[in-house]
Parts: sequence; C-alpha cells; structure tokens
Amino acid sequence: MARRERPLSPHLQVYRPQITSMLSIVHRMTGVALTAGILVLTYWLSSATYGAEAFATAQVVMGSWIGQVVLWGLVFALFYHLSNGIRHMLWDTGRYLDMSSVRSTGYIMVAAAVILTVATIAAGYGMLRG
Amino acid sequence: MVEFNLPANSKITQGKTFKAGPDATNIRKFKIYRWDPDTDDLPRVDTYEVDLDRCGPMVLDALIKIKNEMDSTLTFRRSCREGVCGSCAFNIDGTNTLACTKAISDISGDVKIYPLPHLPVVKDLVPDLTLPYAQYKSIEPWLQADTPAPTRERLQSVEEREKLDGLWECILCFCCQTSCPSYWWNGDRYLGPAILLQSYRWIADSRDEATGKRLDSLNDPFRLYRCHTIMNCTNTCPKHLNPGLAIAEIKKSIAARQ
Repeated sequence: MARRERPLSPHLQVYRPQITSMLSIVHRMTGVALTAGILVLTYWLSSATYGAEAFATAQVVMGSWIGQVVLWGLVFALFYHLSNGIRHMLWDTGRYLDMSSVRSTGYIMVAAAVILTVATIAAGYGMLRG
Repeated sequence: MVEFNLPANSKITQGKTFKAGPDATNIRKFKIYRWDPDTDDLPRVDTYEVDLDRCGPMVLDALIKIKNEMDSTLTFRRSCREGVCGSCAFNIDGTNTLACTKAISDISGDVKIYPLPHLPVVKDLVPDLTLPYAQYKSIEPWLQADTPAPTRERLQSVEEREKLDGLWECILCFCCQTSCPSYWWNGDRYLGPAILLQSYRWIADSRDEATGKRLDSLNDPFRLYRCHTIMNCTNTCPKHLNPGLAIAEIKKSIAARQ
C-alpha cells in the first residue's frame, strides 16, 4: 500500500496555556498594538496641521468612548511592553531564568503594567478636570 | 511559516470507546490520539476506560495495560520505564512529559494523550523525529580538539566539570523542542531548545576547542535567534533542566566576543 501523507500532530489545539507562552504572546500583541497606535497618535497630532476644523474632528473622534477605550488600551500596551522589555533585558544577562523567577518576574511585570496604566489614566483624567 | 490551524488531513475526529470490564472498581478515561497509516481515515481520539485499581501508578503503566488487555493496535514508543531513555515522551494532560515518570494521580479528570506537538505522525503516538535528529547531527555533537590526544584522558578541573551539570543529563526526549511555539512555526530553520542545549553542552566543555566555530554556525537569525525566551521549554522539561538558560548563555557568548 502506498504510504499516505502523514498528518501533523496537534499543537496549539492541545497544548495547555502556560504562563510562559501567554505572557510572551501578549508581549507580541502589545508590540503590534503599539505600532498601530503610532498611526492613531500621528493622526491625532497631525490633524492640527490641517486646520482648526480637522483638529476639532480629531478631538471628537479621540474623545468618543471608542477613542478613549483605544487610548486606555494603548497606555496598557505601552506599559506592558515596557515592563516585559525590562524583564527580557534582565534575561539577556542570564539572570532570572529559573522557573520560579520566570513566574515571579512575570507576576511583578503584569502588576507593574496594570498599576502604571491605572495611574497614568487617572492622572490624565485628573488633568482634564483641572 | 505560521499556520495556526491543522491541515485538512490532520483534523481530529471522534473515535471509539473501549469499556472497562464489569468488575472494574476505579475507572479513569484515557483519551488517546490514534492514526493508522494503512487506512484512509482521519486521526481520531479513542477513549479507553482503565481500572486504576488494577493498573500501575504511571501513565506508561496505563498505556501498556491498554495495549496488553484492551487494544493491541495502540502504538507508542517506550523502553526504560524510568525516565532515562526519553522514548515515551508524549503530550500528556496538555504538556509534554515522559509517560513513565508522570503519575496518573497528578492528573485530574480524563487523561488526554497526544503525540509530541507539531510533528508528522508515523502512527498513533509515534512522531517522525527525522528533523530534530538531523538538526542534532548539524551541531556536530562530539568533542573536537586540534591539540594532539594525550596518552590518557583529557583532564578537567572540578569547576570545569561542574559547568556541564544541567546539560549532560539531557536525554533528547524532545519534550522541550516540541513545546516551543517558535519551533512549531520555524522548525525547518530554528534549531530549537533541545538542540541548542546540546550545542551549549559542547561550547561549555573545557576540553572542546571548536567553540569559535560552534558560535559562528549558531550566529544566525534563525538557527539561534528564533528563541524569544518564551520559556515553555524549561517549564516542560521532565528532567528539570533549563534549555532557556543554555540558550541565553549562547547568546551571551556571542555578544561577549563581538
């Protein structure tokens, strides 16, 4: 009997989510989000160069609830990517690569990202209220 | 190339159920990946009801019991049954480990057993390991020295010997290799954690004189640097070794000489 083409064994379909791979894929996703976010911020800033009317439109877009949620997301993406970037730099020195440190630095990194995000958003809305 | 979904010929279907006997007192379901190259059927997951009161404590004991008593067509690799040969590496309960050292009691609910992930399947739980073995060969895993061989052993200090601890224990079961998403997506060009740990085993060996050549061949965007420090490898190693650390040490060695 002619040999049939071998199937590929399942991978993502069966592999249990790990703290290791989950934090890593979020790092990748926040990196992509930040790249897209640069376009959003560029639109916001550059709209001013097109005149008062264009800037007013941009202000409405960014001030809408969708615009605000996008900005919250970008703030979180920034701080997650920054915090995990520092974690990666420490790893590149050969430190904190045992499993208990991988886990503990992961928890610290997520906590730092959340705290910095909340603090930044709170400070932002505080400044708006004057 | 990243392909998240399984190809059409690899989709998994519902298989048969093998009931335990009427006198069974402590039934646990084992859901096991099956694929028969001699039929045109898709892969399937068969369910075996195993009486744990008449079975050894490890997952491998259950697999052998199934093959002996319930379904002799079930195909898997095994040999030493004590975690030194690396044959019975499967994806068990969602992570890669050795069936012979994984206790059934450490798993809650049904015991799901699949072949090591993202490899071509030869039959049932037996994956085709041609690629990782070829990659192993490519790193020239033997001692290389230009200095003439001494009349006795090449000596090492205690400290030099200690640098090999955590490396020589690797049994090449490829649990780490096939836990790595980067290896899933770029296994054709990325060497993967098991092979890189083996490579570092020779780089770290004071008796080996080919360190420069070894680092030269690893200094490549794919062979080494597809490692993004995801650390699934270290998390899953059944021998509790640290491939992620070994890879970081290789990267450090390359950075240090530039």
